[in-house]
Amino acid sequence: MAFLKVTSPHAHGPMQTSTVMQLVILATLPGIAALTWFFGWGTIVNIAWAAIAALGFEALALKVRKRPLQFYLGDYSALVTAFLLGIALPPYAPYWMILVGVGSAILLAKHLYGGMGYNPFNPAMIGYVILLISFPVEMTTWAAPRGSFEGAMPSIADAITACFIGRDAIDGVTMATPLDLLKQNNSLLIKDLWAGNSQFGHWGGLGWEWVNIGFLIGGLFLLARRVFSWHAPISMLIALTLMSALFYDSGSSASGGSPLFHLLSGATMFGAFFIVTDPVTSAVSVKGRIIYGAIIGILIYLIRVWGNYPDAVAFAVLLMNFAAPLLDYYTQPRTYGHKKNGGQP
Amino acid sequence: MINVWDIHGGIHPTENKQQSTQQPITAAGIADELVFPLSQHIGAPASPVVTVGERVLKGQVIAKAKGFVSVPVHASSSGKVIAIESRPIAHPSGMSAPCIVIKTDGKDQWVEHQGLRDYTTIEKSELLERIRNAGIAGMGGAGFPSAVKLAGRDDKPIKTLIINGTECEPYITADDMLMRERADQIIAGAKILRHIVNPTNNVLIGVEDNKPESIAALEKAAEGSGITIVSFPTKYPSGGEKQLIQILTGKEVPSGGLPADIGIVCQNVGTTVAIYKAITFGEPLISRITTVTGFACKEQRNFEVLLGTPVHFLLTQCGFRPQKCERLIMGGPMMGYTINNTDTPLVKASNCVLAPTTKELPPPPPAQACIRCGLCAEACPASLLPQQLYWFSRAKEYEKLEDHNLIDCIECGACSFACPSNIPLVQYYRASKAEIRQNKLDQEKADSSKIRFEARQERLAREEAEKETKRKARQQAAKAKAAAAAAGNTPDAVQEAVDRAKAKKVSADPAQAAIERAMAKRSGSNDNQAPSLESLEKAVAAVQKRLASSSEKLQQARADGADTVAAFETAVEKTQQKLTDAQAKLEQYQADNPIATTPPPSADPAQAAIERAMAKRASSGTAETVSLESLEKALAAAEKRLSSSKQKLVEAKSEASDKVEAFKTAVQKTQQKRDDAQKKVDAFKAEHSVTNNSSAVTGDAAQDAIARALAKRDAQSVMSPTEKLQQTVDSLQKRLAKSREKLATAQANNDDSATILADSIEKMESKLANAQQQLAETQ
Repeated sequence: MAFLKVTSPHAHGPMQTSTVMQLVILATLPGIAALTWFFGWGTIVNIAWAAIAALGFEALALKVRKRPLQFYLGDYSALVTAFLLGIALPPYAPYWMILVGVGSAILLAKHLYGGMGYNPFNPAMIGYVILLISFPVEMTTWAAPRGSFEGAMPSIADAITACFIGRDAIDGVTMATPLDLLKQNNSLLIKDLWAGNSQFGHWGGLGWEWVNIGFLIGGLFLLARRVFSWHAPISMLIALTLMSALFYDSGSSASGGSPLFHLLSGATMFGAFFIVTDPVTSAVSVKGRIIYGAIIGILIYLIRVWGNYPDAVAFAVLLMNFAAPLLDYYTQPRTYGHKKNGGQP
Repeated sequence: MINVWDIHGGIHPTENKQQSTQQPITAAGIADELVFPLSQHIGAPASPVVTVGERVLKGQVIAKAKGFVSVPVHASSSGKVIAIESRPIAHPSGMSAPCIVIKTDGKDQWVEHQGLRDYTTIEKSELLERIRNAGIAGMGGAGFPSAVKLAGRDDKPIKTLIINGTECEPYITADDMLMRERADQIIAGAKILRHIVNPTNNVLIGVEDNKPESIAALEKAAEGSGITIVSFPTKYPSGGEKQLIQILTGKEVPSGGLPADIGIVCQNVGTTVAIYKAITFGEPLISRITTVTGFACKEQRNFEVLLGTPVHFLLTQCGFRPQKCERLIMGGPMMGYTINNTDTPLVKASNCVLAPTTKELPPPPPAQACIRCGLCAEACPASLLPQQLYWFSRAKEYEKLEDHNLIDCIECGACSFACPSNIPLVQYYRASKAEIRQNKLDQEKADSSKIRFEARQERLAREEAEKETKRKARQQAAKAKAAAAAAGNTPDAVQEAVDRAKAKKVSADPAQAAIERAMAKRSGSNDNQAPSLESLEKAVAAVQKRLASSSEKLQQARADGADTVAAFETAVEKTQQKLTDAQAKLEQYQADNPIATTPPPSADPAQAAIERAMAKRASSGTAETVSLESLEKALAAAEKRLSSSKQKLVEAKSEASDKVEAFKTAVQKTQQKRDDAQKKVDAFKAEHSVTNNSSAVTGDAAQDAIARALAKRDAQSVMSPTEKLQQTVDSLQKRLAKSREKLATAQANNDDSATILADSIEKMESKLANAQQQLAETQ
């Protein structure tokens, strides 16, 4: 009788790439829930449409590249890209913009570089940045959070209409984000700015603080499941905290905002646990990941406070994607039985 | 309480150990046929000492160790040797290898053997010899000869002796059961080992904390022995030698080094028991504990198995269901290898036969793309970057692989286990390691053949040069002879040119002329025949000489088995023929000229004078020539050395070598020596001419003339510009050949010095051409 001829190891761990991807999608749910609660159905519609587009583009790319469809679609990586981009886009984004974003993410950023595992840049962030540069107005128009304005929240029908037909229905309920307000402020003390605008909440932006807490919960869940290591996200959050503490200026009119405000505003937590941790495009060694996260944290603060864009996670992450291979090269761990400088211990 | 350290990485695969620990160890019994591979250990295979048909007893040596890193093989039961042939063996390659096959007789009759009553009084070397003769090789998996490991080195005293009872591999419980049931034997063995290696610090037995029964048993047995049982958290691969050392001592075995380098010796518990049996009872290693497990077996348990027992003998006893089993594994699920034949025999390192159901260990799913998640790096116990190694392996970037310390990979499989994309990482590493090893071997081979080739080229060039010089010398001698012969003869048309050239030389040689004149007087009418007789005799002698040398060469060729034998045979035959011809001619001549063969003994005055003169010339000439020759030789040697030193200096300068100064000094010294030699030669010449003049005073007229002529000739020969030129030409040719060789090497190596060498060769060539022209003119 013939037995299989295979090499060791014969046992395999429980972790599968598709499992990893599914867990990531699962972990975005608390954040998505918070987004939906505060900004309406826009995000859900974004994600749903982005998911359809992503699977379509992925299938197209696989077909062109003559790869088995089912095997590669089954890794859920396209869906993850769709979720991340859908979350990052402003709610009620027009369908064609989502299409352009997802198309650039899947076709340009991923398959043009050789597909899954070979892309040097985070596909979702490439899609986001291409849209931000091409359509700055649409990309910076955020809906007003629940509780910051009088009147009813847009319904699910409004959301679908806004996406596929036109956004007249919701134009009345858009507002500058708290990060914008802070950037444009040049005369008010933080305390007065806070009092004068309805978009601010307890610690950060109204609604934003809960969105960030939602993504933090999702991130901690992934950490607990050991989907990624803590090094990059935690070092990014620490770096951002340190930077904002350094320039807080005790809330003067020149202040860059409190550490808590920065931690709970914009895409901080989303970036820390869902973008920075993207394994493909980040550094791999432990030291490399710490440096990678820390520089992203610093860049986020620099761009937020002194740059031209209201939020900075996408740019910071893409900049560091460039540096990841270099970081890995210079942060090789010491191998067992070797000295630090490469000699014997 | 002993402090324990943590290792980097590691994984926690499902243990699956409880299935096989439910029943005590049982003897597996004696199979009909036992198969003993000659190589059950790392090192040289043992060589058989029994013949087919021979009856052997249990414990009898059937193959003896060959070399230092090798151990003998013993029969594990009595019976008859029925074959010594290739059989499938337990090896990852699945190949067959030479084995001794024994048909057992069921009597299980022991060979005579005896243990030591008190090993403490025995020399360490004797104990090691006993361990080696007992055929003991590491039973944890690698199978390294234990005596070699225990011998250690005098310059590295052992601080810690570690007994490895970790058994971190899932499913396997052979060591666990051994520790539970035979803890006292392990402790006894550990004491013997302690006596042998004499550790300065302590003796530790490391056991993972998932074996509480074993720990308890060992602790009980070790009471009062000074041996410490250390338990530590379960994690794969804590049982790897390097990992266990790190856990127990916090030290790391240097890359490429041995535990002994940091004062540690590590032995497996199974090996320890085998050593105990070998020393105490004189029993060789003929059985071991083997786990038979996996759900394709109805019963999962541990057996005490006679080595050489085929796998199917165990599987049958366990109710093996082959239809449920897709792969049969020798060893555990992490590092074991599949075997495809149940006839495969169990050997010294076979700790487990794993027969999992397809559901239990499903076939590996197709690999997905690497998503660079880094889980592999987190799992790696050697702190490598498995992911980078994977990329480099795929790209065949062997240098980068070496940079990233692929060589330190212990192939534990933790990275593959952790990989969410199911990439068979270890397989890539094994392939790359093999490739690197092969490349290195090829490189070494190429290097040594290059050296061999260059040496051969050099030798050929040297031989060619020697031949050339000899040929030139012979040519000159022949020319001189021809000239001498031609002096009284009518030169034929072909010789004409040569003779004209020679004529100058000959006529410039008054002594020769004088002798010839004298000879001419004496020979009278025989004048024309005398040289012809001489030449015939010479011809015979020359042919005889050639024949001798040809025969010698022929013998040499025959001895070497060269394919040139036939050619030499023909040559010898031809030479023989020539000799016969020459001898015939000589005889003919002698018959024709009886007077010539018997020169008149009655000496006319002229003859006497000539003889006297010749004798004088010979005696004084010889004495003088010898010393003159030696002086000249010294001068020539000095000149040669000088030129070679100068050349070296030039080379050193062109290469901007830091040896330039040294060469300069050397050149100066050589110059000095050469000048000295020159002076001596000059001085000698001056003296020589004086002696000749003074010796000439007493001579009669003829002698006087001869002596004067001789003096002149000697002076001439010393000063001869032709010879000097010839020497220059020779040396230039030699140097040129050498330079060309160097140029070829430089070009082959793409060296910068190639252009410089080419320049110097051009210069030398022009010099040589000049010298040759001059030589031609003088001649």
